[in-house]
Amino acid sequence: MASPVIPPPAPAGERLDPEAVRGDFPVLHQEVNGRPLVYLDNAATSQTPVQVLDAISNYYRRDNANVHRGLHELSRRSTDAYEGARARVARWLGTDDAAEIIWTRGATEAINLVAHSWGLAHLEEGDEILLTEVEHHSNLVPWQMVARRTGARLRYLELDEHGQLELEPLAEILSGGRVKIAAVSHVSNALGTINPVAEIVGQVHSAGGVVLVDGAQGAAHAPVNVAELGADFYVCSGHKMCGPTGIGVLWGRRELLEEMPPYQGGGEMIDEVERDHSTWADLPHKFEAGTPNIAGAVAMAAALEYLEALGPERILAHEQHLVSRTLDALREIPGVRLFGPPDPAHRAGVVSFTMKGAHPHDIATILDSEGVAIRAGHHCAQLVMKRYGVSATARASFYLYNTDQEVDRLVAGLASVQEIFG
Amino acid sequence: MIDRSTPPMKSLYQQLILDHYRNPRNRGELDDRTVEIHMRNPTCGDEIKLQLRIEDDRIADLKFLGDGCSISQASVSMMTTILKGRSLDDAHQVSRRFTEMMHGDEDAARDSELGNLRTLAGVAKFPVRIKCALLGFDALQEAMKKSRGEHDHPTESER
Ligand SMILES: Cc1ncc(COP(=O)(O)O)c(C=O)c1O
Repeated sequence: MASPVIPPPAPAGERLDPEAVRGDFPVLHQEVNGRPLVYLDNAATSQTPVQVLDAISNYYRRDNANVHRGLHELSRRSTDAYEGARARVARWLGTDDAAEIIWTRGATEAINLVAHSWGLAHLEEGDEILLTEVEHHSNLVPWQMVARRTGARLRYLELDEHGQLELEPLAEILSGGRVKIAAVSHVSNALGTINPVAEIVGQVHSAGGVVLVDGAQGAAHAPVNVAELGADFYVCSGHKMCGPTGIGVLWGRRELLEEMPPYQGGGEMIDEVERDHSTWADLPHKFEAGTPNIAGAVAMAAALEYLEALGPERILAHEQHLVSRTLDALREIPGVRLFGPPDPAHRAGVVSFTMKGAHPHDIATILDSEGVAIRAGHHCAQLVMKRYGVSATARASFYLYNTDQEVDRLVAGLASVQEIFG
Repeated sequence: MIDRSTPPMKSLYQQLILDHYRNPRNRGELDDRTVEIHMRNPTCGDEIKLQLRIEDDRIADLKFLGDGCSISQASVSMMTTILKGRSLDDAHQVSRRFTEMMHGDEDAARDSELGNLRTLAGVAKFPVRIKCALLGFDALQEAMKKSRGEHDHPTESER
């Protein structure tokens, strides 16, 4: 398979130039409601560059076959592409062991896999699962389901007024010796906060627990190295990081994955099948029942090539630059309330806000009429909304292709909101 | 009601709608209510609690509490002003005409039965916002069913 065209890496240290990458994203070049589209809903899903589109198309045009099954040429190629993509993800996340990478439908399925496989095998009545108020519903509801089935109790770290997790109570919570697992997001989708994950991992490990990190907004926006992070599980979704929907990854430490029971049964995941029982395939296939999303895996690897060439550090720096410009402008608008850390250095590319007198849905409709796409609502983080006493916020979220001019379009749109609702 | 020369946002957010949003009518708790419905739009979080006193097949009084966007809150506020004192048959009729207007029916948008609610005709052009405008009427429908003793699905407070 020909590898997709890769943008030449820019000289290190130089700022990312969004204008230079916009050409790779066909979807950005259109008008919405008579104005050039400004896409600021990247925390919900990111856009897809031609390099990734080509990877999908090339896979189906040239190599499509089921994996690990056929003895023919196309099956060999598709298996190579699929396993090669796995190795690519392993490198991106900082592990040498590709068998620690399990393909899933996305972050949600990866969390459900751990909650059900690890959780049901290890949790008993009286055990505790440590969550935080900032979690996406994907990292809350699976744990609530498992808690209900096992009798385990849910504990929470809470948010301070600046959208940062309060770590002070952590020692107290852990001192009970009952926390078996903590599930914490790397970066908050609702506030943009980069959470002190390494610190939490350290303390939970000392108390004998394991840690799952929800990296749906992490790996997409900041460099990740699971070895340095020290976590036990890390999950992410392809569509948040220039890849397609329907593909995601669970990384888990080999010792843990090995002793975990399968999550789903079917083809690919067995070793030997008898009438009344079966034995399981080795890692990673034990957790990949059925024909996987092969094109999705190949495309996700292409997305990682793309991001790698631009440099994760530079992507984060660019997002923080846009956040800073946005925060500065929004602070000048009377009646705007900002959520999340005031210092852009503590956040990735998300700005959540409300405006006095104008509901977030109305803000989103008015911005949409000017071609500016943002999200309004609870962002699947109702505990965050409750913490700050609001039912919804407006959220602009940035990625590598967003520009200063687009921030200015957002700000101009908010002036229209004020004109109508002010 | 829509002036074609005004920009789309001005025709969506007409003064009367903004006025009902800022100064909702019949907002509060109805002490002698006979039926109460709590409705929520789970995708966006808009909420309405609608309370009615139904006597002899009439809406003797009604009030609401709510939290949400201008469209959902103005719509329910206008609905209460129109339905107070009206028969249940009238309420069904208004509800049906309003729904038709939301689906783009131009006749409905001119129907004097709808009174002020006609200022919301512009919402029909914003498909994602139609649910907002209908939230109050959804609550009304449920309330009328509940008061007849029919339950389609359990309401929020019963769950
Ligand atoms: C922090 C966080 N966790 C989990 C998810 C779920 O990801 P997916 O819907 O791709 O499974 C998201 C997506 O919105 C997210 O932002």
